[in-house]
Amino acid sequence: MSAASTQIEVTRDEVEDLMFLEAELLDEWRLKEWLELFTEDAHYYVPATDVGPDASPDTSLFYVADDRFRLEQRVERLLKRTAHAEYPRSKTRHLVSNVRIRGRTGDELDVGAAVLTYRTKGGLTETYIGSYRYRIEVSDKGLRIREKRCVLDMDGLRPNGRISIIL
Amino acid sequence: MNAMANQPNILLDSERHLFKVARRSFVDPQILNAERTHIFDRCWLYLGHSSELAKAGDFVTRSVGKRSILFTRDVKNKINAFLNSCPHRGAQVCRESKGNAKSFQCFYHGWVFGADGGLRSQPGQECYDADFNKNGDANLVPVPRLESYRDFWFICFDRNVQPLADYLGNAKAWIDIVCDQSEAGMTIVGGTQEYTIRANWKLLTENSIDGYHAMNTHATYVDYLKNSSGSMSAVPFEGVGYDLGNGHAVIEYRAPWGRPVAQWIPAWGEDGKREMAAIYARLVERFGTAHADRIATSNRNLFIFPNLVINDIMAITVRTYYPMAPNEMHVSGWALAPQDEGAWARKYRLLNFLEFLGPGGFATPDDVEALEQCQRGFENLMEAPWSDISKGMNKAVPSYDDEVQMRAFWSHWDKCLQSGVTA
Repeated sequence: MSAASTQIEVTRDEVEDLMFLEAELLDEWRLKEWLELFTEDAHYYVPATDVGPDASPDTSLFYVADDRFRLEQRVERLLKRTAHAEYPRSKTRHLVSNVRIRGRTGDELDVGAAVLTYRTKGGLTETYIGSYRYRIEVSDKGLRIREKRCVLDMDGLRPNGRISIIL
Repeated sequence: MNAMANQPNILLDSERHLFKVARRSFVDPQILNAERTHIFDRCWLYLGHSSELAKAGDFVTRSVGKRSILFTRDVKNKINAFLNSCPHRGAQVCRESKGNAKSFQCFYHGWVFGADGGLRSQPGQECYDADFNKNGDANLVPVPRLESYRDFWFICFDRNVQPLADYLGNAKAWIDIVCDQSEAGMTIVGGTQEYTIRANWKLLTENSIDGYHAMNTHATYVDYLKNSSGSMSAVPFEGVGYDLGNGHAVIEYRAPWGRPVAQWIPAWGEDGKREMAAIYARLVERFGTAHADRIATSNRNLFIFPNLVINDIMAITVRTYYPMAPNEMHVSGWALAPQDEGAWARKYRLLNFLEFLGPGGFATPDDVEALEQCQRGFENLMEAPWSDISKGMNKAVPSYDDEVQMRAFWSHWDKCLQSGVTA
């Protein structure tokens, strides 16, 4: 972290712009561009719904616990015809709301938001309801996501059956 | 559908090595009713694991075979399972999914029960005779049968069922191989994967012990292993399928992925190599080389009739699933691990688990898709009525990617429905 980056002011508008862009890239299946929003040491988590929101993937079973490498592999996979769960691709819509900068430590923002994602495939529409918690890196190059955690406000994945899209 | 009702569910032609299952079995509500009566109400069903009730007072509530069950460890450390209904008016006595409690109070009228199921108090006690509960009628109703094997607890709603050990039969030795990984015992890691598949429950039985689909359905997972530097060992896929009797079955095979007990892959580094070597050395001390090799480096997809899967692969998953309707099932999946493994091994075990397993993994979503596509395909059953489960019938020793293990399930399933007598 450079001294300069800790002094850059960030508004909620700027954070929302990043999150709305992220949602758009996901919904348009521009997943390689979506990856560019993340830092090189980024993580993406979706915990199981019966562990606490702060649970660790080292000690609890999650649905998703990706480091940067596995996140890249997830994107690679989803763009293949052999990712059968997403071929033909589903239509999705991520609605991001209630965005709030909860705190800041040095070059890192702690951001919370609410999210509602619809996934439609084969005549069925499924809903994923949850909250986002982001750790966002502030630098002179702009904002990048260091960690994204989607905590589902659901009793398991019923009736969804899968998290084959990125939440 | 009625026109087909008198046709058999299974066609077996031993001479031509053909085994076919009527697709009606996956869609007919009458068959689901028969399954509830002759299978789920009469077979041993998995309830939970001892480690989920580690301390006195721990409890778990769980839906098993269409009943709401309260699973407890009481103050005397005895494990119990009750029907989660107040003996007074029927409300669910416990509404939490897990926790620790000295007693359970039904919130409706305030009756209080111990973790041993006994009625402790009820408001307005003076309005009942002093010997009101002398026959125990006001206690929580225990499940008709509750027994365990190697910390796996099962219940049965048929009081006259054979003992669990006899029911498990040949499958016991395979549960042993999984549990022998640890001297301290196995544990369920915190966190449950719960999901719905819009498909018949028997499709998940087939899929859970199906070595044939891996290369097609899971092409992207295999790509992922190849892309990850050092995620594969130089081991080819090869192995054998077994019919264990009583509807139980298993496939045992070698595979190139890393196993935290104890097949090392380069991605785990030198520290990982030392840890794997130490675990393996201890297994050799305890069991000799041959059995240690089996525990450490062979994979097992073990199926316990009618709906328990213990897959000891790149991690260990315990999975049960129940039909909600002919075309819908609820699945619950857990991770099982050696209680005494170190933080490093636990971390890599869970990483391994999520790579492949579960609805957010790189493989399970494609299984879910396959099962749902089968269910959709069954809409054509009037003109396309049969599924084929013949693979490997012409061999003396069926391979892990043949279908003997599915024939074991289907044959026993058919026997249960035909005779109405289980096991």
